[in-house]
Amino acid sequence: MDKIIVDARGCACPEPVLKTKRAVASGAEVLTVLVDNNTAVENVKRFAASKGYQADVTQEGGDFHIELKK
Amino acid sequence: MQNNKLLVVLTGIAVGAIAVALVALGNPGNMGFCIACFLRDTAGAVGLHRAEVVQYVRPEIIGLVLGAFIMAFAGKEFSPRGGSAPVTRFTLGFCVMVGALMFLGCPLRMMLRIGGGDLNALVGLAGFVAGIGCGIFCLNRGFTLKRTYSVSKLDGYLYPAANVAMLALLCAAPALLFFSESGPGSMHAPIAAALIAGLAVGVLAQKSRFCTVAGIRDTILFKDTHMLIGFIAVIAAVIIGNLIMGSFHIGFEGQPVAHTDGLWNFLGMLLVGLGSVLLGGCPLRQLILSGEGNVDSVVTVLGFVVGAAFCHNFKLASSGDGPTSGGQIAVIIGLAITAAIAFANIQRETKAKA
Repeated sequence: MDKIIVDARGCACPEPVLKTKRAVASGAEVLTVLVDNNTAVENVKRFAASKGYQADVTQEGGDFHIELKK
Repeated sequence: MQNNKLLVVLTGIAVGAIAVALVALGNPGNMGFCIACFLRDTAGAVGLHRAEVVQYVRPEIIGLVLGAFIMAFAGKEFSPRGGSAPVTRFTLGFCVMVGALMFLGCPLRMMLRIGGGDLNALVGLAGFVAGIGCGIFCLNRGFTLKRTYSVSKLDGYLYPAANVAMLALLCAAPALLFFSESGPGSMHAPIAAALIAGLAVGVLAQKSRFCTVAGIRDTILFKDTHMLIGFIAVIAAVIIGNLIMGSFHIGFEGQPVAHTDGLWNFLGMLLVGLGSVLLGGCPLRQLILSGEGNVDSVVTVLGFVVGAAFCHNFKLASSGDGPTSGGQIAVIIGLAITAAIAFANIQRETKAKA
């Protein structure tokens, strides 16, 4: 299965979480969410935790890669 | 995680306690903070409108922006960005202000009014929740104002710098400004106290991401009560503070800077709730983001300011006597414009791409 990438860089609240929610609802068990600010990182991590996903965050330049795994 | 939650609760309690203290120090009743009223007063102070009872440079606003700026800078979160539909955001900001001045308060003042026993604000809350519900309907169908991009550092510094300039003007050359001699604009806490209050809340709100819309929005959308707890903490702190100060008066009639027209209190806050969801945050949050270098939020704040000036120049703003007919027409037009913007920006999203 191809890796799911959710690009939510530059998106205002609550779009990063909403996009993640859609990907999760479509059945993705492993996905990468791209965001570009700490607020979005916190919000996506909180949502992911509530759905039973583990989150691993790495920073690349101004972007954050949040690896989510069930 | 738990620390974040604690910070939200602490922010809520601090906002509530500081708001009650500001009223005790001279601010109008249930108006320790009001982003809509204070931007309106500041617009009046520089002559953008000539409603003589609501003109004053509110140091709370300056403090909020600079507090957020300082905190963002210290936390390496100052990040100049913009370009997400700026004119649309300006227009939404204008419409939100029309709604707020119909109700007589931003969502934060609505919470302070509830905490002072003003039952009209509960009607406003019902409208606010309904408006947020309408906004969520749009979000779920793919509403977006598209993404922001990095902009120059200077672009991000200009609005905080403008607030420093306003503070300098207030302290060094007040004779250049218009100040109310009666009415709400004449009632204010000392400059230093108001500035420190704004700074404190600006720092906390930046760090905790406090937003009056997010609490209700995220609870409905994601069953996430993280921010709702902050919302409740504000109201709880204000009720306790007002009980201690003897300023808790429950009822509809005779509330400070408020009117009793339920339908228009509801519709005004419906517009505020819907507009704020589309903007991605409440008026307070827009101010905080503008301090973090988000120039789209700066444009939104300018929309608030121009909207406030229009509201008073064209007698669209309510008073304690109730709404004006012009204000009622403006709220209907504002709702129509906001709804049109909402539908025009719905993107049919395909499934998450591989």
